[in-house]
Amino acid sequence: MSILVVLEQRDGHVRPVSREALGEASRLAASLGGPVVGVCCAVADPGLAALGEAGADKVLLATHEAFARYDAAGFATAVAAAVTAVAPALVLFPASAMGRDLAPRVAAMAGVGLASDCSALAVADGRVVATRPVYAGKALQKVAFTASPAMASLRPKLFAPIEPAGGRTAAVEPLAFAWDAAAPRAKVTGLAGAKSGKPDVTEAEIVVSGGRGMKGPEHFTLIEQLADALGASVGASRAVVDAGWRPHGEQVGQTGKVVAPKLYIAVGISGAIQHLAGMTSSKCIVAINKDPDAPIFKVADYGIVGDLFEVVPALTSALRQSR
Amino acid sequence: MLQIVCIKQVPDTETRVKVAGDGRTLDPAGVTWVMNPYDEYAVEAALQLKEKLGAGEVVAVSLGGATVQTTLRNALAMGADRAIHLRTDALAPDGLAVAKALAEVIRPLGPGLVWLGKSAADDDAAQVGPMLATLLGLPCTTVVAAFELDGQTARVEREIEGGREQVELPLPAVLTCDKGLNSPRYASLKGIMAAKKKPIEERALDLGAPHLELVSLELPPARAAGRIVGEGAAAVPELVRALRDDAKVI
Ligand SMILES: Cc1cc2nc3c(=O)[nH]c(=O)nc-3n(C[C@H](O)[C@H](O)[C@H](O)COP(=O)(O)OP(=O)(O)OC[C@H]3O[C@@H](n4cnc5c(N)ncnc54)[C@H](O)[C@@H]3O)c2cc1C
Ligand SMILES: Nc1ncnc2c1ncn2[C@@H]1O[C@H](COP(=O)(O)O)[C@@H](O)[C@H]1O
Repeated sequence: MSILVVLEQRDGHVRPVSREALGEASRLAASLGGPVVGVCCAVADPGLAALGEAGADKVLLATHEAFARYDAAGFATAVAAAVTAVAPALVLFPASAMGRDLAPRVAAMAGVGLASDCSALAVADGRVVATRPVYAGKALQKVAFTASPAMASLRPKLFAPIEPAGGRTAAVEPLAFAWDAAAPRAKVTGLAGAKSGKPDVTEAEIVVSGGRGMKGPEHFTLIEQLADALGASVGASRAVVDAGWRPHGEQVGQTGKVVAPKLYIAVGISGAIQHLAGMTSSKCIVAINKDPDAPIFKVADYGIVGDLFEVVPALTSALRQSR
Repeated sequence: MLQIVCIKQVPDTETRVKVAGDGRTLDPAGVTWVMNPYDEYAVEAALQLKEKLGAGEVVAVSLGGATVQTTLRNALAMGADRAIHLRTDALAPDGLAVAKALAEVIRPLGPGLVWLGKSAADDDAAQVGPMLATLLGLPCTTVVAAFELDGQTARVEREIEGGREQVELPLPAVLTCDKGLNSPRYASLKGIMAAKKKPIEERALDLGAPHLELVSLELPPARAAGRIVGEGAAAVPELVRALRDDAKVI
């Protein structure tokens, strides 16, 4: 039985979450069987053959002029056609903004259950069992599927891509799908506020977040300088987003984004349960806070107790020097 | 225009999670049940639009056990006109089953807009909205943080990695709401009094065969205890060393 992996591209570039999903598919193929087949919606081939190195045996390319941007109805129709054509045992989506929107549509079209935003997948007695954080990460739920194919979306940053196998290429084949683009549908008309080159907090290797301890929006230059010294993206607690100091896109937590970078630095953040929900899957957590009893220290691997206005500039300059 | 708001009742976000004796579900003892926070944005959006249009009806729908009526009553107190309670005492984490049940109730009502939360704070599946839209055959945008109606066209914005997608969709449509869409109102005393007289229609429901099987609910492994490397700026060199040599993350 094959595994179908939904690959995400934007502006002709395959996004990193696609390689993460292919990596997990390759690992599962050892027990579920292969091949690993990708499916990608685009206006033109974004270089899919190269994904052979990431674990794809074959990639189906669905092209349409409407696919320059994410087209929910069109992508769902194409991916559903791939599900029918491939008849996989398992379909994997990245739990990115696109995948979180797309996966439920495809699952509803196929009439099967979906395990969203999974943190782990396993095969037990030939069945796929998905582990997913629930109750804002306070518990882990395991679910199995009652029909085939099983469908799951994978939380970004938690699944490792495979080590590139030198020079392996995937066969790229066009995917036939019947879609009436004239039917009423949601159309993306633009992308506003596309920021600097910095990755989104959900995709960054390192995130430096500031909280109410920053005392005001003007002091976030300290956070930005520390982030620059580390090549990190900037995050924020809800308190500072609600105060209008930082944009909502930076909010980490239950009502913001869930991040799992290799390093998360929390500066002047108390560590409320709703904030922890968004960052406790990070590999390494550092907390800088003047209150030794702040709950953030309970989840931190390393903590510094002290005034952030002294500690942060010292940390930034130490990192700059150690480069 | 008739608008539907789908509301899930969930444990308060402060809830301490205890696994029930069955090893698969949340122990409900001591849990405070509230309206899913994202559904508050959905209720508010529907009410604001009704007020702007000066006409129409807002119907709140919730699927769940007997306790969901308090949450539906809360929606009525905020200003919804009536409510439908789809009664089931076996609410599994199965978004497709919920979407199918909601679709059956919603289809004959012929709404102009169906509002949901982007995800439920308990199982955080973020799937009922787009599944419901697919079953109803309606255009849908998820994670909506800005909304404007221009005749029969909705203009909305949604957060994606690195920016905000601007989306246009024709009514009737399904929208799921993100934080930032609006500031949900509190029920006024007058609203609470009025809600007592508004109807909640209860319908029995059989969810049918599940699409997902619940295997277990477990507490996550605790993070290994960390350490305070020191106080103030003096601790910085040790922190940098630990990050570089021990954790190997920089
Ligand atoms: C339904 C719901 C959803 C929520 N969702 C989220 C969410 O998604 N994300 C989120 O973050 N929160 C969320 N919250 C809010 C959360 O409960 C907290 O209110 C919020 O996280 C607090 O932000 P903070 O840590 O920045 O501020 P505070 O709790 O005020 O903490 C500030 C910290 O800064 C420290 N500090 C102050 N001055 C200094 C200094 N000079 N040097 C060093 N340290 C200093 C203090 O000791 C303190 O620990 C949610 C709440 C609810 C009810
Ligand atoms: N049992 C339910 N009753 C009514 N609406 C629901 C129910 N479950 C989910 N929803 C709606 O679907 C949204 C997303 O839920 P979920 O897909 O479970 O994360 C919620 O915010 C609600 O608007």
